[in-house]
Amino acid sequence: MSGADIVLSCQGLVKRFGGISATQDVTLNLARGARHALIGPNGAGKTTLINLLTGVLQPSAGRIVLEGEDITNLAPHLRARRGMVRTFQINQLFNGMTPLQTLALVVSQQRGLGAGFWRPLGQDAAVAERCQVLLEQFHLADVMNQRTEHLAYGKRRLLEIAIALACEPRVLLLDEPVAGVPAGEREELLETVAALPADVSVLLIEHDMDLVFSFARRMTVLVNGAVLTEGDPDQIASDPRVKSVYLGHEVDHSSAAATLAQGATHG
Amino acid sequence: MTDARGSLLQRSRIKAWEPVVWLLAFLAPAVMPGHALIVNEIAIVALFAVSLDLLLGFTGIVSLGHAAFLGFGAYAAALFAKLVMPDPLVGLLVGMLAALALGALCSLTIMRGSDLTRLMVTLGTGLILLELANKLDWLTGGADGLQGVVMGPVLGRFEFDLQGQTAAWYSLTVLLLLFWLARRLVHSPLGATLEAVRDNRLRAMAIGIPVSSRLAVVYTVAAGVAGAAGALMAQTTGFASLDVFAFERSADVMLILVIGGVGWLYGGIAGAVVFKVMQDVIASITPQYWTFWIGLFLVVLVLVGRERFIRPWTWWRKGGAGKS
Repeated sequence: MSGADIVLSCQGLVKRFGGISATQDVTLNLARGARHALIGPNGAGKTTLINLLTGVLQPSAGRIVLEGEDITNLAPHLRARRGMVRTFQINQLFNGMTPLQTLALVVSQQRGLGAGFWRPLGQDAAVAERCQVLLEQFHLADVMNQRTEHLAYGKRRLLEIAIALACEPRVLLLDEPVAGVPAGEREELLETVAALPADVSVLLIEHDMDLVFSFARRMTVLVNGAVLTEGDPDQIASDPRVKSVYLGHEVDHSSAAATLAQGATHG
Repeated sequence: MTDARGSLLQRSRIKAWEPVVWLLAFLAPAVMPGHALIVNEIAIVALFAVSLDLLLGFTGIVSLGHAAFLGFGAYAAALFAKLVMPDPLVGLLVGMLAALALGALCSLTIMRGSDLTRLMVTLGTGLILLELANKLDWLTGGADGLQGVVMGPVLGRFEFDLQGQTAAWYSLTVLLLLFWLARRLVHSPLGATLEAVRDNRLRAMAIGIPVSSRLAVVYTVAAGVAGAAGALMAQTTGFASLDVFAFERSADVMLILVIGGVGWLYGGIAGAVVFKVMQDVIASITPQYWTFWIGLFLVVLVLVGRERFIRPWTWWRKGGAGKS
């Protein structure tokens, strides 16, 4: 893989909280158009890594490069403007607004209209049209005028993802996107993600191994804040160290082993 | 087929009752000339409340020192009238610009820290200005206040009269204009980004909203509007005294917003009407104890909930149907 194909990379990333290293010397390269999964047991530092990449946390050491530019010290909102967008494991929504207002706001901001103070939100027909498409796509049209805080959990989860996609990301970091989504809608949601333009890079954190193996073309395994191994799904599924990590940590041993073995056949 | 655009624009559409309310307000000084002075007071306090609502209701910035901007606008306008020229409109502009500048400066202090830090910073700013106005008595008249402010006629035609009719119409007009600007602002994409910052700062940043600069913008605008209210106050009373900076003013305006409802621009106006009328009526019955009654009113209002309070027929219904 040549350097030009790397969209997002971090080198020697370290994050210490007091004496604890949540992230230890992590080097990760995300290729253009990647469908890359980040897996690992609970507490492996997956979310911390996303927080470091998006600027919510400042690394203790190491650097982050987006599209060839060092963004280690760039403010979070400027990283978002450069096309790096994330979703949150725990919904981070605008509770006082409706899904429609939320998406209209995000789309306006994305199109450089976010500082407009004169024309009402939604006056721009293109913005409204895009909102319409997103609402239909994420099954939010029926609740578009309800306050977000009153929505059912599944709907809020859909809105969480819809906000990220409304930003038209170049790099999308998904932190357990389908956790809590009803089983029938999970596949559809991930299909939506998988159907993103081929040059959009996606990094997915997910615990459901079926979903991970059906989605990812490359995987990184994180354990105790450090990269254990990286490879394509076949390599990961057959790696004895990965198996032992999951067998050692998961509560339900047999099912973890089974999903890993099953994943190999998917891949 | 859902109509996203229609639903979005619904919110900013002018409702049928709105022109009626404004018409009644503008008729009030003519119909009840004896009450023109209180109409003027209500209009000014309402403008001040609208300004705080931009911060508190729409952006989630808690401020206990908002009187700093009111007072700064008042002193700027009064000094301008006394030392430079007596034209009210130019003076109003000067008062607003002075408060805008102060707001821009102070906005640097509210970007960092938690709500409590901001609360302290806003409170501190108010106290600093109060003491400055007190100490710089060669300029401000100190504790005696700035007296002998004589205003020229509005637009060179309408003299301020003793009954306060001109004052009331002047203040109402400024209120209407600035209210309309604030209304456009809160319904615009910028206004939506402010609500996003209020609801979830972390997510607002994650979708590319420059949170700090948005806070600075709204803080500056709100300060300018408060400065306009202060200028009106000084101009229509011909006087500026230290109590414009007083903590009680910042607290009162917050009470007014709580009464009328935060995050709804008419809340400031409704609250101002209720507060001032109650103050006037109760004080005429029992001049010393009016704060007791307003305190009681507030406690009941907050405990019962505004929605329910204004619908007495739901009070004895089971399950609290009035409160969502």
